[in-house]
Amino acid sequence: MPDMQPLVSDFVLKLKRRKVEGSHAVARQTAELLRSVVSQHRMGSSANQAAALADAVRAVGEQLIAANPIELAVGNIVRRVLHIIKEEDISATAVGIEGLSVAVDSDDEYDSEHDDRPALSAAVLAAHARNALRAPSLQTLLEDIPVSPAISLTASSTGDSDGKSKSGDKSSTRKLKHDVIAAIGDLIDEIDSCYEPISEQAVELIHQNEVILTLGRSRTVKEFLYAAKEKKRSFRVFVAEGAPRYQGHVLAKELVEKGVQTTVITDSAVFAMISRVNMVIVGAHAIMANGGVIAPVGMNMVALAAQRHAVPFVVVAGSHKLCPLYPHNPEVLLNELKSPSDLLDFGEFSDCMNFSTQDGSPLLNVVNPTFDYVPPKLVSLFITDTPIDVALFGEIACWFNYCRAVGNQ
Amino acid sequence: MSQKKSRSRGGGGAAAASGDDHEDLARPPPLQAVLLADSFTLKFRPITLERPKVLLPLVHMPMIEYTLTWLESAGVDEAFVFCCAHSHQVKEYLERSGWAGKAGAGSMAVTAVESHDAISAGDALRVIYERGVIRGDFVLISGDTISNMCLKDALQEHMDRKKKDPLAVMTMIIKHSKPSILTHQTRLGNDEIVMAIDPETKELLYYEDRADNSQLYVTIDKDILTNNPTLQLHNDMEDCYIDICSPEVLSLFTDNFDYQHLRRHFVKGLLVDDIMGYKIYTHELRSGYAARIDNFRSYDTVSKDVIQRWTYPMVPDVISNCDRSESRLHRQGIYKASDVTLSPSAQIGANSVVGSTTSIGDHCKVLNSVIGEGCTIGKHVLINGSYIWDNVMIEDGCKVSNSLVCDGVHLRAGAIVEPGCVLSFNVEVGKNVVVPAHSKVSLLAQPSNEDSDEELEYADTNSGVTDSPPFSSMRSNGDQATVPSEEDESGTSETGTSGVVGYIWTSGDTGILEEWRQSIAPIPKEKLEELQHAVSEDDGSEDESNNPTLPDKDDSWDSVVEDDDHISKFEKEVEETFQRALGGGVNRDNLILEINGLRLAYSLQHADCAGAVFYSVMKSALVAAQSTNDTLLKTTAEALDKWKDLLRNYTKTVDEEMEILLKFEEMCQETTKEFSPLFSKILPFLYDTEVVSEDAILRWAEEKEHADESDKVFVKQSEAFIQVYVLH
Repeated sequence: MPDMQPLVSDFVLKLKRRKVEGSHAVARQTAELLRSVVSQHRMGSSANQAAALADAVRAVGEQLIAANPIELAVGNIVRRVLHIIKEEDISATAVGIEGLSVAVDSDDEYDSEHDDRPALSAAVLAAHARNALRAPSLQTLLEDIPVSPAISLTASSTGDSDGKSKSGDKSSTRKLKHDVIAAIGDLIDEIDSCYEPISEQAVELIHQNEVILTLGRSRTVKEFLYAAKEKKRSFRVFVAEGAPRYQGHVLAKELVEKGVQTTVITDSAVFAMISRVNMVIVGAHAIMANGGVIAPVGMNMVALAAQRHAVPFVVVAGSHKLCPLYPHNPEVLLNELKSPSDLLDFGEFSDCMNFSTQDGSPLLNVVNPTFDYVPPKLVSLFITDTPIDVALFGEIACWFNYCRAVGNQ
Repeated sequence: MSQKKSRSRGGGGAAAASGDDHEDLARPPPLQAVLLADSFTLKFRPITLERPKVLLPLVHMPMIEYTLTWLESAGVDEAFVFCCAHSHQVKEYLERSGWAGKAGAGSMAVTAVESHDAISAGDALRVIYERGVIRGDFVLISGDTISNMCLKDALQEHMDRKKKDPLAVMTMIIKHSKPSILTHQTRLGNDEIVMAIDPETKELLYYEDRADNSQLYVTIDKDILTNNPTLQLHNDMEDCYIDICSPEVLSLFTDNFDYQHLRRHFVKGLLVDDIMGYKIYTHELRSGYAARIDNFRSYDTVSKDVIQRWTYPMVPDVISNCDRSESRLHRQGIYKASDVTLSPSAQIGANSVVGSTTSIGDHCKVLNSVIGEGCTIGKHVLINGSYIWDNVMIEDGCKVSNSLVCDGVHLRAGAIVEPGCVLSFNVEVGKNVVVPAHSKVSLLAQPSNEDSDEELEYADTNSGVTDSPPFSSMRSNGDQATVPSEEDESGTSETGTSGVVGYIWTSGDTGILEEWRQSIAPIPKEKLEELQHAVSEDDGSEDESNNPTLPDKDDSWDSVVEDDDHISKFEKEVEETFQRALGGGVNRDNLILEINGLRLAYSLQHADCAGAVFYSVMKSALVAAQSTNDTLLKTTAEALDKWKDLLRNYTKTVDEEMEILLKFEEMCQETTKEFSPLFSKILPFLYDTEVVSEDAILRWAEEKEHADESDKVFVKQSEAFIQVYVLH
């Protein structure tokens, strides 16, 4: 797909130059790019259509991930798309060789969990997922899709289809591509509408006359609070301003426009105010495999304050932020040091950085990290758009499975 | 499929492209940029003999890469790279790095414009004008400018202003930055710039980048003051050398073919000569970074800014050259490529960068330094504040501090490179050789002052060069003393091991600029102390004159000495000003204004001024005259006649007239004894021209009556005159 290269390198450049930032924007654009990669992909007459398609996506995905490793959403979306391809491939195979599919599938399965529901074929599931206008929930993903033996499965199943359905090849590959594109479209819709299922739960969590504390500005948190307000809940919000980017100021403005009682505090006042707070609700940049959260800088302090005063610490995040990686890998960076100009006015401090009169070594150093890591034990609850809002233990268990499932691809 | 694509609005890139299209509709001509890939100076000699300045690596990336990256991210659609010296290298680089030949949607088209006879920015712009490629407003930048600023605001401001006033031809980007009080330099090693800006409209009214440090004052045309109700004077602004220009700028350069330098000629020309009423505006950079690498000092400073991430996202771990491996940021601002071979006992200090495949041996210490790719560094090496480029070999026990070491340099065991050195490509330094501070070593011989394929400095700096030979030859002698085989040809291996292979350049090429100002090395402690002393002395004398302290014997003595010193300095300056007036440069009114300015600057009395002016007039007469008394008398008479108005301006009261007489007397006794026989003859002239009145003469005579015999010499000499004329 040589015609895709300019688009890909353009997006790579944008990621590199940090022109596209923020999980939502990055996730959406990655999905869109991958969709056009898939649609431009020329289906050869080679044996394994799905594998070729997956390879193409993987190749692009690797470039994108390398372009800005801190935007973990890129990797998440690439993995989701790979997952979609595999899923569609299974269903296509299932449709193509109607009678055999169940037998083949169940032959390959040795998962006891799957044996419980042999009736539900992958095709039905995929169709269901497409029609439901939102992604399959984590549970269904984990329970119904045979992922762990994925590679062997695709190999074997295509081997089957290769031998048995040469005639239907052309139509089936077209169908596969079409289905994949449609599924990616659904994924994009899901990314766009991830706020809705999350904010649906707002009323259950925010009670009358409660005080909520948040840090910085997260669109998910904003929608969450809006939803509660729309349901005529009256509550107050403390917004920690989120230095040095002061996104909290923007959030405060937006909340006031909707008629929410808002108090802006400095980040350093979090400990002072936390005793009056009923719940902390924050957004995240990414949620890691161990349940740790990568969030805007200052979040760990808020989490510690919440733990100290036994205030629930709730993280709301769309499922595109769920990342099957562990945060101990320094290669993933987990942080990005931005320009010190957020903190200091260059002109005012220029005399502190006059190296000619300072013995050559810089005496003034400014560190401006973007993210904090909040360890899992400080998080009371995750709210995502997939319908699991179980307690932490269950969450992590699901996590583990999900990560194994998605991460393997 | 196409249907599908249109439904899904294509990929991310397509969406961006359509966004660009949209912007293009609002702004018909594409945004163009002219990038001067030649500095037209000699500041980076001797390195620039072999490689153009824009390709010199700044923290592992050629400077032009930063500039082009910035231009692209700032939304420039088309860039013209003007290359002159080493143009093939620049073009080759553009092709190799993929800048040239990229013409897709959303990316910037880069075209090289080549010319070999351009010797200045002015010539370059004239060439660009002749090509006729610039169709609308453009960004003018030189290839050694590092920036991450957002151009949108400045561009919008420029466009809006142009709509209102078509004469606003240029918007200059400036940045707040405090110059050092001691050296009067910006942190980039340039002289501090004095600008007058209208605070309302941001119009630039006055620009002086060569404000003389020793004078500590600037002269502003009074028209500026009368025409503008308010103006702000800045010395804390840094010129970023990023300009947004209208196409008129190019034609201005063509019309005024003597314009060479962008600032010294073009900006000043526009401001001073008021050509067709064109105006220049400024845009102050609020957030974002911009700096131009003009000399070694700024190379050092900007490198450190890059390492400290002021230029984000143009930092080593984020953008990397296509053919170079990524480096990662570790704690304390250490950037390391993944394949560095680092001995466990080696120590890398904060704010250092180490390139890929470099190996660093046992017990090395690397502090505040940038080490390029493929370098081999032996054991017990100390590298401090230095910039080591690619494939450098440093053997055991070397010490390199605050120096620039280019590609392929070989330092043999025990070599010591002292602060401020520049070792150009492939230079070899022998065993245990000490390269003295601030020396520049190259395999190429230093060209004579006249010919250089790259560029000449302008006439005003060349005048400095002519002064320097004694200084430089003295320096090179000093070099010979410390480095045994200085003039070894590159081929002589036998002596190569003991000394330095390469020529040590004399510092003549930088003119009379003192080396410490613009080198990589921090300013030596002694120099700082000296400067500190000078400043505190200035402060001290001011304090004394402003609030007299209790009479302490020593102190008062000191203050008198200082005061005398003060006045003599003042006199000297008045004399200089007067000389300029004689040369015809300044007219009389301005001269008075200037002298008054000086008087205020030194906070002196009107009477002091009278004395000083008189002194200058007499001095000028003395200089003009031959040695004989007759001619001296004649020229003095002429000079007095010519400048009597000026003198009268200062002799409003008897006291001031007295001052002149006393001064005259003092001159005759001390400084210019030539006048002493003529005292009584010149006095009538003064009287005739009404510079001194009879009251003053009488009072002077009276005062002197009680003085010592020696002091009465002149009174006696002129007794006859006093008797005859004044008393009757």
